[in-house]
Amino acid sequence: MAIHPGRGFACINYPIGMNLGGDPAQALVHATPDGKFMVTLSAIDLGQGMKSVTRQIAAEALGVPLEDVHVDTADSDTGPHDMGSFASRGTHRVGNAVIRAASEARAQMMDAASEELEVSATDLDTDGQGNIHVKGAPSRTITVAETAIAAQFKQGKTLSGRGIFLIEPSGVDPDTGEMSPVTTYAHAALVIDLTVDDETGEVEVTEINSAYEVGRALNPKLVEQQLIGGAWMGVSHALYETTEPYYPDRAHGPEDFNSYLMPGPGEIVPHNIAVLERPAEDAPYGGKGPGEMCANPVLPAIANAVYNAVGVRVDKLPITPEKILRGIEANGGAKPQGRPGA
Amino acid sequence: MSSIEFRKDLFADERDDNLNEIGKPKLRQDIEGHVRGRTAYYDDHLFDGLLHMRCVRSPHHHARVRSIDSAGAERMAGVRRVVRASDVPHNINTLLSLIGFGRDDEQLIADRKVAYKGEPVLAIIAETEAQARAACAAVRVDWEVLPHVLDVEEALTPGAPVVNEEYPNNCFDYAPYDHVKLRFGDVEAGFAQADRIVEATYEMSPIEQAPIETCGAIAAPETSGRYVCHTGTQALFFSLGTTAKLLDMPSSKLHFIGGTVGGGFGGKVDSLTEPMAVLGAVLTGKPVKFQWDREEEMQVGAPRGAERWIIKDGVMADGRIVARQFTGFFDAGAYTRLSSYAGTKGTGHLPGPYSIPNVASNVFCVYTNRTPATAMRGFGITGVDFAIECHMDRVAEAVGADPIHLRILNAYRDGDMKAHRRRAKNCALVECCQVAAGKAGWRVSPEDMAASSKTGTTADRQAIPETALDEDGRIGDRKAGRMPSARPAKGTKRLPAGTHGRDHKAVPVQRPDMQQLAERVGHRVAPERDAAPAASPTVPARAPDTPTPATAPSRPTAAPPATSSPPAEARPAAAPPQPMPQLQPAQPKPYEPDTPFRQGVRRPGVSRFLSGSRRR
Repeated sequence: MAIHPGRGFACINYPIGMNLGGDPAQALVHATPDGKFMVTLSAIDLGQGMKSVTRQIAAEALGVPLEDVHVDTADSDTGPHDMGSFASRGTHRVGNAVIRAASEARAQMMDAASEELEVSATDLDTDGQGNIHVKGAPSRTITVAETAIAAQFKQGKTLSGRGIFLIEPSGVDPDTGEMSPVTTYAHAALVIDLTVDDETGEVEVTEINSAYEVGRALNPKLVEQQLIGGAWMGVSHALYETTEPYYPDRAHGPEDFNSYLMPGPGEIVPHNIAVLERPAEDAPYGGKGPGEMCANPVLPAIANAVYNAVGVRVDKLPITPEKILRGIEANGGAKPQGRPGA
Repeated sequence: MSSIEFRKDLFADERDDNLNEIGKPKLRQDIEGHVRGRTAYYDDHLFDGLLHMRCVRSPHHHARVRSIDSAGAERMAGVRRVVRASDVPHNINTLLSLIGFGRDDEQLIADRKVAYKGEPVLAIIAETEAQARAACAAVRVDWEVLPHVLDVEEALTPGAPVVNEEYPNNCFDYAPYDHVKLRFGDVEAGFAQADRIVEATYEMSPIEQAPIETCGAIAAPETSGRYVCHTGTQALFFSLGTTAKLLDMPSSKLHFIGGTVGGGFGGKVDSLTEPMAVLGAVLTGKPVKFQWDREEEMQVGAPRGAERWIIKDGVMADGRIVARQFTGFFDAGAYTRLSSYAGTKGTGHLPGPYSIPNVASNVFCVYTNRTPATAMRGFGITGVDFAIECHMDRVAEAVGADPIHLRILNAYRDGDMKAHRRRAKNCALVECCQVAAGKAGWRVSPEDMAASSKTGTTADRQAIPETALDEDGRIGDRKAGRMPSARPAKGTKRLPAGTHGRDHKAVPVQRPDMQQLAERVGHRVAPERDAAPAASPTVPARAPDTPTPATAPSRPTAAPPATSSPPAEARPAAAPPQPMPQLQPAQPKPYEPDTPFRQGVRRPGVSRFLSGSRRR
């Protein structure tokens, strides 16, 4: 009886946005009288940071500081249509709609500033600190606040913008399956290290080393929380979770967190992440959305590591101690496969 | 301890890393409310006189409802209203009808038959949740139990019980077939050419999304005949549109508020609780809450569905995969919800991030008497990725290759043709493999470390091969016993090499001002390499493209001009400065509140931590 180390690998790609397109998102942007900006959406913040990432995108596209932008979302009386927060579409679809709305608002802001400074709008730029200046002449400047006040109270103009982003809807050819599924993919690869106890069948994941390619980490902290949490979810999915533990008998299904097995804080695995950024051409600042794909490679990598540790292929999730022990028994004992990549 | 590093050295020439706000670890807009416990979720919107709604649910997998006796329940303390199937104005829907996909197949409250354990047949609205629960327990239903089926392949046999009467063949109709086909090259020829054949079957159990906040909604009459609905939905307008349809109500009468959700992970798209709460508010004229408890969330609410995948690979002795065949089953449970979409999304994902010259798959969306399935993180992809990546290790073992070498050898590269007849671009699989291996100290050969996603494509890898087609598995054939196998059949006709339709991209901006200036895009937007196709008629929404033989087979994909690449200067030049008007309004001061903004409730005798939205 022994505890066997095992090492497994998996890599994946993940489609960004609804399959076959046809999932629009809209955004509205308007300036308050003193040059702060409101972004109005119907996107949903599930905790993933939808409000925060759209706020950063809006601030960047407008050319104003983050503090001067507020995102208000999901009141159907004021927010324009959005399909919803699923299919890794939030950052890509809503972010692009916000860029378009912010770009229109920015164009109006620059026009208003050009009228105040008496120079062509194409000769103006923002400094991201709340000022608009003449390119190459930083002393000829006007604040965004002064511009907004002049636009509203003197020029009679709004600083506002509308944006919609839609990937043209398409279909599937029934005979070949030809389709345009999505316009971009995120990527990931990871190595799982774990141990398998050949007496109890228990698996302990000891370390994850990963590389996730996300297009652009729009907010590195939000990316980090997604990747750590998502990989944890992958561990949970691979080793613990099922709503039907005795399938096909549906009795004794879990009804609360006491009986629905999930790893607790004690089972959070040390996870060393590398983030790669290859911007997608049609994504907001290249960002693809890491939320869904981060769990996917963990499942097969764990299965592959269990095989590496004891020579048992568990092809039916979850990988329970019972399945591992039955496999070891069928093989006439644990059959460690040797450390790969050594 | 965990760690994170940002490999800015990779793909550095494709990005501008000096942006003002993007790429910065800024605090989230809503973090203070979250950490102080003051953020308002749907369940924080309590109303005076709020009523509570609960359901009477089926204890059987499959049963006919002979009769329902609620006379005793109606007389119980606090009961305000019994809600029957006949109270639902338009009691039939399918979620994706909002985008015109699939037929209505599910009732909000079942009237004659239930097809899964937990399906609602009656609801009761009472003054307290406890009273609603007690009244539900007092309802007597006379059930006629029917035979059930809980396995996807069993459900496709001719004698299986019919789960969902709208789809009597127990699978979704992808007209004209009962499954989604993918055909690229000729897998049979590939298998014949291969040194080794590797085949295995993979399965995934249903799992629960497990958000901290359970699904639910609170609805209340507003003035002017409208109804407000506070909801934890992941898709505000899906839920609003579904409610308007089921309640046969103009959408202008509905005011949905949400956007701050206590975890979703895909389980809050189904829009079942919002129509129930609004129906309750309509029938009683009072605010009504309809919220799942944890047991309902785990055993009645839709899980990630079960999946089964059979993969058969033909592989050469050096590890090159030359043919890959899939037979896939998405277990929808009793009703469609979103599983039909998983069938096409999963198919679009095949054969994984690898360039394989011969690929065939049959993917089914099957009805069983299990809990209806829905989206969850990685929907349509997680199960098949599990299968593909376990299978890659099997293949590596079969040919004696290092698992990472096998992936890099077969990895898709920029410019390769994918099995769905679109060109790969923006690839990064090879780099992810290299970086992960490096972090873990997994030794990879110098050749594999030198590989790149940007190089390695060849004319062969870019070509669309001649393809074997078949017409097996038309709708109804399986039920009639004419289809012994679910696997892709041998081809009966050939589609010429190079055949493809057109790619689909972002719709261009509505007005030039909405186009981001080129110098503000922040990353490289490469010019398109190919000219527009000779003739590409606009295809109506959701209509399948008919493949047309390409005019130049050696250059397979002909993409339309970039719609996403911004013109150098899209904004019209500014108008010349206008002369200052004579009368200027007084320069107004920016808005300043009289007293500084303060957080928290500061009234005598009131807890500071009581949410301001609790209107009592």
